[in-house]
Amino acid sequence: MALTYEHIQSALVNKFGEAITNWQIGVDMASFEAPKEANLKVLQFLYEESSLGFQFLTDITAVHYPDQLGKELAVVYHLHNLVENVRLRFKVFTSIEDPTIFTATQLFSSANWMERETYDFFGIQFVGHPNLKRILNVDEMEYFPLRKEFPLEDQTRIDKDDEMFGRGGSIR
Amino acid sequence: MRPVRFNINPIQANTKDSLAMVEAPEGYSGEGFFATKLSDVVGLARKNSLWPLPFATSCCGIEFMATMASHYDLARFGSERVGFSPRQCDLLMVMGTIAKKMAPVLRQVYLQMAEPRWVIAVGACASSGGIFDTYSVLQGIDQVIPVDVYVPGCPPRPEAILDGFMKVQDLVGQESLRRRNSEQYTALLETYGIQ
Repeated sequence: MALTYEHIQSALVNKFGEAITNWQIGVDMASFEAPKEANLKVLQFLYEESSLGFQFLTDITAVHYPDQLGKELAVVYHLHNLVENVRLRFKVFTSIEDPTIFTATQLFSSANWMERETYDFFGIQFVGHPNLKRILNVDEMEYFPLRKEFPLEDQTRIDKDDEMFGRGGSIR
Repeated sequence: MRPVRFNINPIQANTKDSLAMVEAPEGYSGEGFFATKLSDVVGLARKNSLWPLPFATSCCGIEFMATMASHYDLARFGSERVGFSPRQCDLLMVMGTIAKKMAPVLRQVYLQMAEPRWVIAVGACASSGGIFDTYSVLQGIDQVIPVDVYVPGCPPRPEAILDGFMKVQDLVGQESLRRRNSEQYTALLETYGIQ
């Protein structure tokens, strides 16, 4: 029996009830949200439930939505059932003042580096992570570069022609 | 008829024309002697036997490979020996994007070179960060080491790299023997935190 999105949705709703929100099937895969306190419980249920079997973690990343007050940072888990070849996208939201999320390293070993990367670029604090430090950027970096309050360009430069970089203005 | 006509009337090779000899420096000569300044002789020797250390990280490095190869032939300028040990080389050629994580490595390579040493920044990235105006890229290698010659281009053609190389040769040939001991030079290195 092929694994259908209807089955996944009903299994999740039976288990977690109202906690599962914003279920939608996009062009590529189904997506849903849950409170950030429940992220490990949901991942574990998807992993261990024999009819679901999402035992492969494709990716962890984050998105910064500066306009969503109290839910500025989204942490996105991409899951894959390798047997049925079904993919699932799972999001939890957290405020930027307290960007703490439980680590998934106990469930997926591959989450180790992915969470370090997510910490490196978005400053998500993964509670319980064994080695939460920068993985790609220089250790001396004092900010999280993919958060939107930090401009992508190096603002210390004054000798570059802004028009060449799509910022308007002229040579200062 | 071909639009561009090469070798329609090939010139016969004349080896007398193609032999390039280095001009002797100014001096006094007479029967069996020649007297000139020591600095001129040292400069002459240095500029015509520069040992480049290619520090190639991206596409400018590919252009440098063409520059080294037979068609453009960097060896014509006395740098037959391209070295890959900073201890032996005296010209650091930085070609390509230098990420901020790479900056300490580049600086270490520079520190390992013995004086006198010169630096060329080849291409827009090494000179200024180029199009990579972003958090992860060093905005020009002159933020970590002093640079003698900048070669513009993205990437520069081999001719441009050769032109930059010849500019360095001019600097080397005219450099005072006392320059590396001068206060100005110490102060310059001091601004980079190099003792």
